[in-house]
Amino acid sequence: MSDTVVQTDLSVSAKRSRSAALRSLRELSLVPAIVIAIIIGSFVSDAFLSKDNILNILQQSSELAVLVLAQSMILIVGKFDLSLESTVGLAPMTAAWLMMTETAFGGSGWGVNVYICIAVVFLVGLLVGIVNGFLVVRMRLNAFIVTLAMLILLRGTTLGITNGKTLFDLPEPFLYLGSGRWFGAPVSIWIAGILFLIFGLLLRYHKWGRALYAIGGNADAARVAGIRVERVTWSVYIIGSVLAALAGLMLTGRIASVVSSQGQNMIFYVFAAAVIGGIGRIGGRGRLLGALTGVLLLGFLQNVLTLAEVAAFWIDAVYGAIILVALILARITGGNKQED
Amino acid sequence: MSATAAIDVAGGLRAAPPVVETVGVSKRFGANQALKEVSISIPAGESRALVGRNGAGKSTLVAAITGLIVPDAGTIRLAGAPAPAYTDRAAWRARVACVYQRSTMIPTLTVAENLFLNDQPIRGGRIDWPALQRQAERALADWGLNVDVTLDAAELGVEQRQIVEIARALLKGTRFIILDEPTAQLEGREVARLFERIRRLQESGVTFLYISHHLEEIYEVCRSVTVMRDGRIVAEAPLSEMPKDRLVAAMVGDHAQDLSRRRVRANVTRKDVAPCLDVRNLKVGEIVRDVSFSVAPGECIGIAGLVGSGKEDIADAIAGLIKPEGGTVTVGGEPLPGGRVAETRERGVGYVPRDRHRLGLIPQLGVGENLTMTIVDRFGSAGFISPAARSRTAERLIKSLEVVVSSQDQPIGELSGGNQQKAIMGRALASDPKLLVLVHPTQGVDIASKESLFAIVEKSRGEGTAVLIVSDDLDELVACDRVLVVFKGEIVQSFGSDWGEKEVVAAIEGVGNRE
Repeated sequence: MSDTVVQTDLSVSAKRSRSAALRSLRELSLVPAIVIAIIIGSFVSDAFLSKDNILNILQQSSELAVLVLAQSMILIVGKFDLSLESTVGLAPMTAAWLMMTETAFGGSGWGVNVYICIAVVFLVGLLVGIVNGFLVVRMRLNAFIVTLAMLILLRGTTLGITNGKTLFDLPEPFLYLGSGRWFGAPVSIWIAGILFLIFGLLLRYHKWGRALYAIGGNADAARVAGIRVERVTWSVYIIGSVLAALAGLMLTGRIASVVSSQGQNMIFYVFAAAVIGGIGRIGGRGRLLGALTGVLLLGFLQNVLTLAEVAAFWIDAVYGAIILVALILARITGGNKQED
Repeated sequence: MSATAAIDVAGGLRAAPPVVETVGVSKRFGANQALKEVSISIPAGESRALVGRNGAGKSTLVAAITGLIVPDAGTIRLAGAPAPAYTDRAAWRARVACVYQRSTMIPTLTVAENLFLNDQPIRGGRIDWPALQRQAERALADWGLNVDVTLDAAELGVEQRQIVEIARALLKGTRFIILDEPTAQLEGREVARLFERIRRLQESGVTFLYISHHLEEIYEVCRSVTVMRDGRIVAEAPLSEMPKDRLVAAMVGDHAQDLSRRRVRANVTRKDVAPCLDVRNLKVGEIVRDVSFSVAPGECIGIAGLVGSGKEDIADAIAGLIKPEGGTVTVGGEPLPGGRVAETRERGVGYVPRDRHRLGLIPQLGVGENLTMTIVDRFGSAGFISPAARSRTAERLIKSLEVVVSSQDQPIGELSGGNQQKAIMGRALASDPKLLVLVHPTQGVDIASKESLFAIVEKSRGEGTAVLIVSDDLDELVACDRVLVVFKGEIVQSFGSDWGEKEVVAAIEGVGNRE
């Protein structure tokens, strides 16, 4: 190579290593927005920065966090799952229905043991994941359409089981994950945190996690490189639905009942959090840490809006507008591109 | 340059102005000066070749003269008139068109619709579909191009797609067409047909700018050549005055080393040694039936054949991508599991797939990760990967293969074609294979990278690795000790180390074969 070529290569390299450093900062591009939300919150209300309120925000965000974790992995592998929000309702509803002795209140009358019912919650998640995986991976149906149909089907089933009734008066063990406390903090916060840690490490340092990125980036090439593309994708769907069932159990514990609309519309916030957190919709990109900042931003915002006494009917509009602003901010500060 | 003006003044000679004329065009992308005061003038009717190594600035120059980028300095004139405004895409397209390697048609619309996109014949305020189809058919027929206009663009083969893209440009009145490596994905007969069409269009007054890595080709279809290096034009001459060695010297620059072929075919086929790869009665899919051959350690075998001859299916079956219907494949005496990529690799097969963009690269992941993704089990237990161990191995591979990167975390999609291909080769070598299966291993890379890729192959051969090269490009088969020609799923001829290009090509094309 001639000298000029070498020089060009070097100057290009220098520029690229700077951009590599920038890339790793992108995961934190929402931090300024979170800081702003916290500052505004502390002005809006003295109660905002109290320990109780912070724990409250975190607990309310924990179910969303678990769902975002699930969706992020599915997005990274280059797929989609809209039905997660229906699983949040169906899994605990099925279990609670089996448990209830009073048919008059919508139960099955069978009175199945509570611990078996907790297992049922996860079993329902497992089953939904297997079906989703079968339809998307094996039958090669379009993930968007399949999981949209599943969203409707599972929600309908949740309604159908109890004729739309709300099941309450549930036993303590069933509610534990959403109501118990460990070391002074709600269990659900611990669970969400531990799950993010575990899956964050898996995605970074385990071959299964790296396979998700490879498949999302180029599934054909991943197959040629020896990755079992179908098996891994299927596993992600299953894990996603089991996590959604867990989120449902946590939510049930927090509100001490199962509503037939439980989880409804959550999928929009799941996508909002994942996407503003830098999980690209085209697959192979983004980190869980980013997705977590997305969840926290939404959680803090919701709380600030409530404390600021924004009129209830306007809260969604304000929320939507702020998500847009957060997207724009993330784009400007981190060069974080949401591909269309 | 000023020649055309002189002719105009002289009158009489009704010479058209140059189809394109740039003066001092420069373009910088960040730190990279992609074009440095490039002045080029292409007279109407003269087919010009544009050659240069990857990164020499050819693509940037094409982007500049098709109005896709705005130069930092310099002027561009098209057909004697100043370049249109950059927002006026239609005006640019009426003067110059480029047929890229990738389709620029809308895959879900028919050929006819693509030809008249946004310009459909209207009757009574509505699109006149029968007229659209008639006009499309007539347009193609007028230029002697024969394609079914009712097909969806997605159904077209590479050859037909190029024809339609050329026709679309001609329909818009464009008489200057840039062809970007048109033959890269074509087989021998299609190439001949393309050349024939180019010549016919040349005769009817169309000017071509022809970009190719295949130097042989340009002598066939072009009259003159422009050589670029490091963003500059370094040579420009009629091809009659530019023999191949001078051309290569101009492309490579001061490193004008002798690129004469490595016809050192080792010829050390060790008959006494047990074969490394042994294929018996292999049957794959509908095409390949009853293929048998073996490769000794350190031997290099070529498998040549047309697209669709089944040569790639043989490679895919050996690499574990397809499960064979019958027959056995053994490597080092052990039978391969068939249809299992990871297990096949563990038995000692390294594989370089045919299309690195589609089958090789995970573009957004780092070079290091791409290089080592097949051997992650070595970097820890229970599937966990130690980043330190991984990056050490990646660093070693990057060094030994001389992949030019800023860091091993640089996304592989950002590298030049040659460096990407080196990385894919490195991935195949990372697992220390006994057998390397290479499909079109140097497609679309520059000459220097080609040389270093072959040097890598030679080195592994020297260490006793058996090599199987699947290609119909004679340049890629040069180093082979033997060449097996596959025709319609069967090995029809086998050539020893004294094989000659003509006889191999004849066999590939099916000349003198049974059937």
